[in-house]
Amino acid sequence: MADFATYLFTGVGLFFFVAGSVGFLRFPDVFSRLHALTKADNLGLGFITLGTAFQAEAWRDAALLALIWGLVLLAAGTVSQLISRDALRERDEK
Amino acid sequence: MTLIFDAMLCALTLGVALATVLGCGVFRTIVFFVVYGLLLSVAWVRLDAVDVALAEAAIGAGLTGVLFLAAFGKLTRIGVEAEPSPKRFHLPAALGCIGLSGAMAWAWFALPEPHRPTPDLSDALPRAGVENPVTAVLLNFRAWDTLLEGTVLLAALIGLWILTRDEDWHHRLGRLQHVRSGGVMESFGRLLPPVGTLVGVYLIYIGADQPGGAFQGGTVLAAVGLIAALAGLLRPPRITECSWRMALVAGPLVFLGAGVAGEVFGVGFLTLPGSIAEGAIFIIEVALGLSIAVTLALLVIGPPEGGDSE
Repeated sequence: MADFATYLFTGVGLFFFVAGSVGFLRFPDVFSRLHALTKADNLGLGFITLGTAFQAEAWRDAALLALIWGLVLLAAGTVSQLISRDALRERDEK
Repeated sequence: MTLIFDAMLCALTLGVALATVLGCGVFRTIVFFVVYGLLLSVAWVRLDAVDVALAEAAIGAGLTGVLFLAAFGKLTRIGVEAEPSPKRFHLPAALGCIGLSGAMAWAWFALPEPHRPTPDLSDALPRAGVENPVTAVLLNFRAWDTLLEGTVLLAALIGLWILTRDEDWHHRLGRLQHVRSGGVMESFGRLLPPVGTLVGVYLIYIGADQPGGAFQGGTVLAAVGLIAALAGLLRPPRITECSWRMALVAGPLVFLGAGVAGEVFGVGFLTLPGSIAEGAIFIIEVALGLSIAVTLALLVIGPPEGGDSE
């Protein structure tokens, strides 16, 4: 049962990662590429975290995985804001 | 299954390494270098060398990458052409790399197959005062290396500070950071440091028994300080501030003091007798972690550039 949940959730997570990567390669400008990277990839990472949490031996491991996901969300959100602000400024200067 | 994973990891590492060396554009090269460091740390985890993986991720990928980015940013800022001309062939660099790779390949075949942990180490480990064999080697059996590593960092920082212009000497280190108050960077600078400080202190504390230690924990603490400084919440110190200078030399000084104490009490320079090894290693790790954190953070911040006129 736990193995099935792991396959399911990591599979969904991988799908979001592929979608995010395709978006990153195909989208035309910085902002939409950031959208693909932050939204799809963070969701994908969340699903992979959820999937691997089913293999955790103790609640502590699952909590650590959740903490890692939270930190990645925080970092990715902040960095994408900073990059997009820089891109906005560059566009306005042109 | 793991074979496929390892093969993919090897291929990715090699590909990214090639992209780092052969790629055009300094910025792109730095980004590939950071990715290379992260892949390498995954490889170290696969080899069960978590200590090395932590050090590679924190220092190799993180801190060195930030140093490169800071240097690149400074070159662009002062208007120096950072991009080398693509046509030029750097013969000395190529020869040096080939020589180094050749020597490492030779060592790979020449050295005997390692047994982990070697019989000598497992015999000596009970006398080390710590359970983590890596910490036992770094801070007890081969403390020389670690003492010199800490001192090299200090020497690097002094070398950087020598570049300061006379009129900037009493200014704060680095440049003034411009941050929107209440903006994203500022709230990031408030949110992350508590978690980062916890992780850094834990890594230093746990180093005696599990993967971690002064270098890994110190680097995490340095990153915390840098984020707070980038968010404008922590003003960088001045070179002339005594307490910061004390923090810089605390690690090497305590380490050297412990070594001299060993000599005075007749057990030999840098030798920790088994009875006090545990406490001594803990004190050395804490002092060294503090010094490494401050030294690395100040290395990234750089010499004072007279950005603040107060």
